[in-house]
Amino acid sequence: MSASDGVAARAVDVWKSYGSGDAAVTALAGVSVELERSRFTAIMGPSGSGKSTLMHCLAGLDDVTGGEVWIGDTKVTGLKDRGLTDLRRDKVGFIFQQFNLLPTLTAEENITLPLAIGGKKVDKAWFDVVVDTVGLRDRLTHRPTQLSGGQQQRVACARALVSRPDVVFADEPTGNLDSQSGAEVLGFLQRSAREFGQTIVMVTHDPNAASYADRVIFLKDGQIVRELLSPSAEEVLDTMKHLDSVAVPHV
Amino acid sequence: MFKATLKSLLSRKLRLVLSALAVVLGVMFVSGSFVLTDTLQRSFTDLFSSAFANTDVSVSPKQEKGKEPEPLTPQAIADVKSVPGVASAVGEVQGSVRPIGKNNKVITTSGAPRFGSNWTGTGQEKIRDGRAPAADNEVVLGAYLASTGGFKVGDEIGLLTLEPKKTFKVTGIYEYAGGRESLGGELSVAFTEPVAQQLLLGKKDAFSSITVTAAQGTSDDALRDAVAAKLGAKFDVKTGAALAKEQADQINEGLKFFNYVLLGFAGIALFVGIFIILNTFSIIVAQRTRELALLRSMGASRGQVIGSVVLEAFVIGLIASIIGLGAGIGVGALLAKIFSSVGGTNLQLAGIGVPMSAVISSFAVGIVVTVIAAVMPALRASRIAPVAAMREAATPDRPLTKITIIGALVVAAGGTALGFGFNQASLTLIFGGILVAFVGVALLTPLLSKPMVSLIGRLLSWSMPGLLGRRNSARNPRRTAITAAALMVGISLITGVSVVLTSATKSIEKLAAGQIQTDLIISGEGQMEGQPASFKRDVLTKVEQTDGVSSAFGWASDGVLQGENQMFAIAPTDVAAMKTMFGLKPKFGDIAPLKDGQLALPEDLAAEKGWSVGSTVTLQLAKAEPQTYTVGFIWAKTQVLQGALVLPESAAKSFRSDQIGQAFVQVKPGTPVADVQKRVEPLFADNPEITVQDRSGFVKQTTSQFDTVLLMIQILLALAILIAVLGVINTLALSVIERTRELGLLRAIGMRRAQVMRMITVESVVISVFGAVLGLAVGVALGLATVQALKDQGISEIGFPWVTMVQYLVVAAFVGVIAAILPAIRAARLNVLDAIAYE
Repeated sequence: MSASDGVAARAVDVWKSYGSGDAAVTALAGVSVELERSRFTAIMGPSGSGKSTLMHCLAGLDDVTGGEVWIGDTKVTGLKDRGLTDLRRDKVGFIFQQFNLLPTLTAEENITLPLAIGGKKVDKAWFDVVVDTVGLRDRLTHRPTQLSGGQQQRVACARALVSRPDVVFADEPTGNLDSQSGAEVLGFLQRSAREFGQTIVMVTHDPNAASYADRVIFLKDGQIVRELLSPSAEEVLDTMKHLDSVAVPHV
Repeated sequence: MFKATLKSLLSRKLRLVLSALAVVLGVMFVSGSFVLTDTLQRSFTDLFSSAFANTDVSVSPKQEKGKEPEPLTPQAIADVKSVPGVASAVGEVQGSVRPIGKNNKVITTSGAPRFGSNWTGTGQEKIRDGRAPAADNEVVLGAYLASTGGFKVGDEIGLLTLEPKKTFKVTGIYEYAGGRESLGGELSVAFTEPVAQQLLLGKKDAFSSITVTAAQGTSDDALRDAVAAKLGAKFDVKTGAALAKEQADQINEGLKFFNYVLLGFAGIALFVGIFIILNTFSIIVAQRTRELALLRSMGASRGQVIGSVVLEAFVIGLIASIIGLGAGIGVGALLAKIFSSVGGTNLQLAGIGVPMSAVISSFAVGIVVTVIAAVMPALRASRIAPVAAMREAATPDRPLTKITIIGALVVAAGGTALGFGFNQASLTLIFGGILVAFVGVALLTPLLSKPMVSLIGRLLSWSMPGLLGRRNSARNPRRTAITAAALMVGISLITGVSVVLTSATKSIEKLAAGQIQTDLIISGEGQMEGQPASFKRDVLTKVEQTDGVSSAFGWASDGVLQGENQMFAIAPTDVAAMKTMFGLKPKFGDIAPLKDGQLALPEDLAAEKGWSVGSTVTLQLAKAEPQTYTVGFIWAKTQVLQGALVLPESAAKSFRSDQIGQAFVQVKPGTPVADVQKRVEPLFADNPEITVQDRSGFVKQTTSQFDTVLLMIQILLALAILIAVLGVINTLALSVIERTRELGLLRAIGMRRAQVMRMITVESVVISVFGAVLGLAVGVALGLATVQALKDQGISEIGFPWVTMVQYLVVAAFVGVIAAILPAIRAARLNVLDAIAYE
């Protein structure tokens, strides 16, 4: 890979505020971060810390007030709707907390949806690998209403992976699942990064979920305040508890 | 509860507007037609009261049934003059005149009369330019005729009267009080008295009526009684006021029909509107299920939930009625303006009025229709258990068995009503049957929608957005079905009419090709009106003598009375020639020659009347005493001359006009028809109303009126289709709102805006084309039923308007694209993040 060798996505001094004047709320206050290729990164922080906003900005779902966002070699900042759409389609995978699937399509159709929208052929071998990894082989013809919540999230994971995107963004992917289903999904994300070299960025507020990541970034009041590498759930929890005492330079 | 409902209503303005639009359009049509007819009625009443302003009492010959009244004599005028209290008595001559314009074409009106009279100088007419007619070749023109035809004093004008074209010199132009060109768009001329009598009544010293004015101190009623007493029972004596009312009532009777037609279309519009309101409320209630469940869990009763939905409907109905009424007044006024100016009637409009009937019907219709449409969804909403609704669960597909069975029963009921309706020629049953059948088909459509939608959708879903659109349209069969059913109504009505008209055209073509063995057909304008244009008998002789003509015959025709029954009679010049050319095969007796006192008729008419050869029949002809005829010939049923009595040539003398109305020519073998046509045409050069045509030209002329009928119906039903389009927009818009999160997801994973729009367009086109296919199917069924019922009336062939039907399909697809525009734009503009987080 070229200039951004080893970096799948990065934010350079990103600012994001909503509203204007006195009512303006700053969600991100100069965040700079590089997300390494083939790693599973978790973004953590209390609610209102800006973790979801950061992810949205990184993924091209939201525009930034200041700074730049890059995905691979592509400068996201400044792209028009068409460019952003194609970027999301070709270079980004998404896993949302819920309502990930279209009820009118089967599991298989949902998985290949981004490829179909882009008019691309499905890499059959890769599709099989992904489907077998998430264990959905016998569920491919089912509609989402016929699947359990955990199965639905696994379909969403498969969909995010099947187009081999630069980055997969997962927004609280286990937020609506019981612990066992959640563990399955998280384990799958971890394996994707380790075995397939897939870059994954996950937003979560669950220390246990974060413990599956290679790297955990902590956000508070729109700024990155801590970082842990391959932490245990206890370490994450501990860090979260002490976030309050971390001083945030005021703007 | 009331407040909660209003809040919820106002918070969804788009929804409010969409559901109200259908009601507004329907109500607009209802109130518009009331306003229009009310305005026209008052205008006509004004018109006639001013037309008879100078008439205190009017005397006319008593009308006997089926008989042309004897004109009045100068003696009658003298008698009236001798009655005490009479200030003046003036003999009036009046009769039909068709003026010929400078382009040598007859000048027509759109319904207003064209007539001539004697210039008396005592009426309301005042000479504007020039002078009164003094010589036999002089006329004065009504100012409206002068301005429409571009005639000035000193010009020459050709006039058709009882006699063929005669040319007169225009010596003057007259107008009415206040400088008005005409009273109601009529074209009029006035001759000297002897000329008027000869040309208009065909008789010297004859008068149509006597206008009497009262001396000072004599009341109209007293004068009427005195004149009536003097003249005796053979005369009709009426006051001017009574006459004005009578004539206005006659016109208003015609307007009533006009009103019914407009109300009929308003009914169709509302009928379609019901589908849309019903659908809108179903969707709204489905979307509000959680909100309603919340209300229920907080202790609102089922009744309160129903009440809240019905209240919402009531408010929408009320607002829509007010807007619709206002719009209807505007439309009514506009139509009245168009009627009086563009229509060439030059009618002086009375002020635009809003009759009570318009207000009452607007509110009744608008509110009742909306509330009825909302009750069903409200009942359904109230039945949902609060907990079930609060849970995040898509509304499960309810089985379609019940609705399908009910639908089948309703279709059967509608079909039965339709059958009885045709059988007993009851319009109420026919229309009722059609409407009930529509409801039935609408109930069946959810079942049909699954296979049909997937079939139609397959044609459009070559790309992913197309596939998604198709899946979306199949997603909620009821919703798709009702939306499509609304479109079905308009399209099926037009298709039904088209099928009937195409079948009629085909029947006429076959008739002309197979059964009329004639090469040229000579006929006058107005065959469908009372008095068709006609020509003199000696012209027919000249046609017979034309080079290349093998044989020719013609007939005079008139309505005759048999007892109380009006029948159609013709008196051909050459019965033998008619027998050959029309291929009449004897069933009983023989036709040629038809002796005086004999008549001939087709077998089905004979069977209907129970007559056989030798039966005697008493007929009242217009200009004779009742006369007895013997049935001499009954011919085997053919498509020509249906329901006609054939009388001997001598009977024509007792017809209102003994001139030839239609004639048929056979050309010698080997002579080109076109050559003979060129030689025959000059014989009618002085009669622009007569045309000489070959067979195909004749068929074209006869069937051309169908096109006009079809066009009118298409224009009127366009409204029903417009409302249906609103329905499609409505359904799509509400679906877009409902699927906000899905749209957000699609956009997030990389669906372009254009693809989103294509997805919604495909859904829209599938729904529209489904509606059109349904409409075509139901329309063909209705058309076939009608053709079957009219088999005895001469529609023997079945024809399908393929081209038109394909056009409707294309229009429907186009309509689908148009309907998708706004919802698609809305969907494409959704903010991705907001959409994903949408509740």
